[in-house]
Amino acid sequence: MQNMRGRKTLKKRIRSHLPLFIMMLPGITYLLINNYLPLTGLQLAFKKFKYSQGIWGSQWNGVKNFTYLFRSGDAAVIIRNTILYNLVFLVLGTVFAIFTAILLNEIRQKSMKQAYQTLILIPHMISYVIVSYIAYAFLGNDNGMINSSLLKGMGLPAVSWYTEPKYWPYILTLIHLWKTFGYNSIIYFATIVGIDTAYYEAAIVDGAGTWKLISRITLPLLKPTIITLTLLSIGRLFYSDFGLFYQVPMNSGLLYSTTNTLDTFVYRGLLETNDVGRASAAGFIQSIMGFLLVLGTNLIVRRVESENALF
Amino acid sequence: MAVTGKQFRIFSHVVLILLSLSCVIPLLLLIMSSFTSEAALLRNGYSLFPEAFSLEAYQFLWHSSGQIMNAYRMTLLSSLVGTLSNLTLTTLLAYPLSRRSLPGRSFFSFLVFFTLLFNGGLIPSYLVWTQTFRIKDTFFALILPNLLMNGFGVIVMRSYFSTNIPNEILEAGRIDGAGETRTLISIVLPMSKPILATTALMSGLAYWNDWQNGLYYLVKRTDLYTIQNFLNRLIASMDFISNNATNSAITAGITVPSVGVRMAVAVIALIPILIIYPFLQKGFVKGIVIGGVKG
Repeated sequence: MQNMRGRKTLKKRIRSHLPLFIMMLPGITYLLINNYLPLTGLQLAFKKFKYSQGIWGSQWNGVKNFTYLFRSGDAAVIIRNTILYNLVFLVLGTVFAIFTAILLNEIRQKSMKQAYQTLILIPHMISYVIVSYIAYAFLGNDNGMINSSLLKGMGLPAVSWYTEPKYWPYILTLIHLWKTFGYNSIIYFATIVGIDTAYYEAAIVDGAGTWKLISRITLPLLKPTIITLTLLSIGRLFYSDFGLFYQVPMNSGLLYSTTNTLDTFVYRGLLETNDVGRASAAGFIQSIMGFLLVLGTNLIVRRVESENALF
Repeated sequence: MAVTGKQFRIFSHVVLILLSLSCVIPLLLLIMSSFTSEAALLRNGYSLFPEAFSLEAYQFLWHSSGQIMNAYRMTLLSSLVGTLSNLTLTTLLAYPLSRRSLPGRSFFSFLVFFTLLFNGGLIPSYLVWTQTFRIKDTFFALILPNLLMNGFGVIVMRSYFSTNIPNEILEAGRIDGAGETRTLISIVLPMSKPILATTALMSGLAYWNDWQNGLYYLVKRTDLYTIQNFLNRLIASMDFISNNATNSAITAGITVPSVGVRMAVAVIALIPILIIYPFLQKGFVKGIVIGGVKG
């Protein structure tokens, strides 16, 4: 009886909310198509894919894709590159962004503050295609500014940047920082602006200097933001910015040892070298590891500082 | 609220000026190079201080601009259609999810949130979009994959609705006989202009700058290329020429401009953003701040 009535009211509630359900229909449908349906494609990591047979029709082949991937040595390089770049980006990016945010907070004139913010955010507005043109203007073999002006001016021989892998960890880190520091510093700046000025005033009365104010008040109060952003980055440890690693080195094969990451490897396997087996194995590792890392880091944070957990 | 010493403030100005310059000078190099005469470029390379100014790159583009103008049109069209669709879909999903009384609210919210934690990656998406939905070499390729709506935007908008629109106002509307659609259009949306503007801005930038969908899904129909795709193709052929290889497949269909023209094309792609951006700067900053904290 109770149950019957419960069901009836649920039915009624659904009916009275029907317009809301209809509103949600396009969005939910899109998520099912764009985000959920592709999850079924993860099985391809364990299949021998043929275009004519599709995701479901292709034959199972056990873990062969993974053994190929790891035997060929590519797995070690792309996983190493992806993780190491991300760690360097995370550490340098965070330090650099917080540094910039603290400096921004020192500026009194509103117009100057806004001018700085506008300018340092410009790189964020530009697509990686254009960034790769800018990089080329600097690094191009015959016409690049570094070779034709800088090195020449100092009497040094030209460097063939697009064929020398050893320079690229520095180049890519620099470009990544250039493109993202403005964006991240604005997030930190927003947190700093929210800090109660009474803390600073009290500390100044106690005779605290600039460094003390920063290290004892600003940084500790930034901790929640730092944790949240770090958490998000760790969850993306196995993901790399496809634009940075594909566009900026101009897809140069000679640079793969230091520029190939999981994302570029998967892309090339799918659309350039028709090596879908190994590429889907690499994609599988990326998806699963990304998921586990988000869950894992969130679990740890929930234990240590539950208010900073993402969910 | 600056409370620290004068020395540190001067130091801040100096460093911020240097950082601002570092953000602008690379663009300046691009722009200067596009205004340098071809002969000077060949002699001295790309330079911030050109030996000889010239408009020849732009003159060349003006006379052979068919492809570029077309690519421009595609960028405008896809950004417009994409942004409007994104705004519509996001709003229509976020609003019901903000309503406490919605049956199954937590289930649908989880459905949205889960997409942020786990995804299938490029290959499964590519196969779903090309084999099941066959969007390859159609206009839909520029609009549908990934950019049309994202879970994060939905969550941010949903929390804006739940915190900024009091339930009493919705109730009052209902008592006056307004249906759900009416409530959304004439009560909720007018109260939510900031979040709608932010969502549109972020989506617009994403569509304007997107080159990945074109790279993945436009293979034969180069006439559907956006300006970013056009540039992307150009750099691929530039790379290929500098390596002295011969592969007509890469350059097929696109004439390769000379040294200065390349930079001019990049500048042309860049200019709309540089013109519009300062006016929308506050909106972008707001969007970053909203997106940076928990949704």
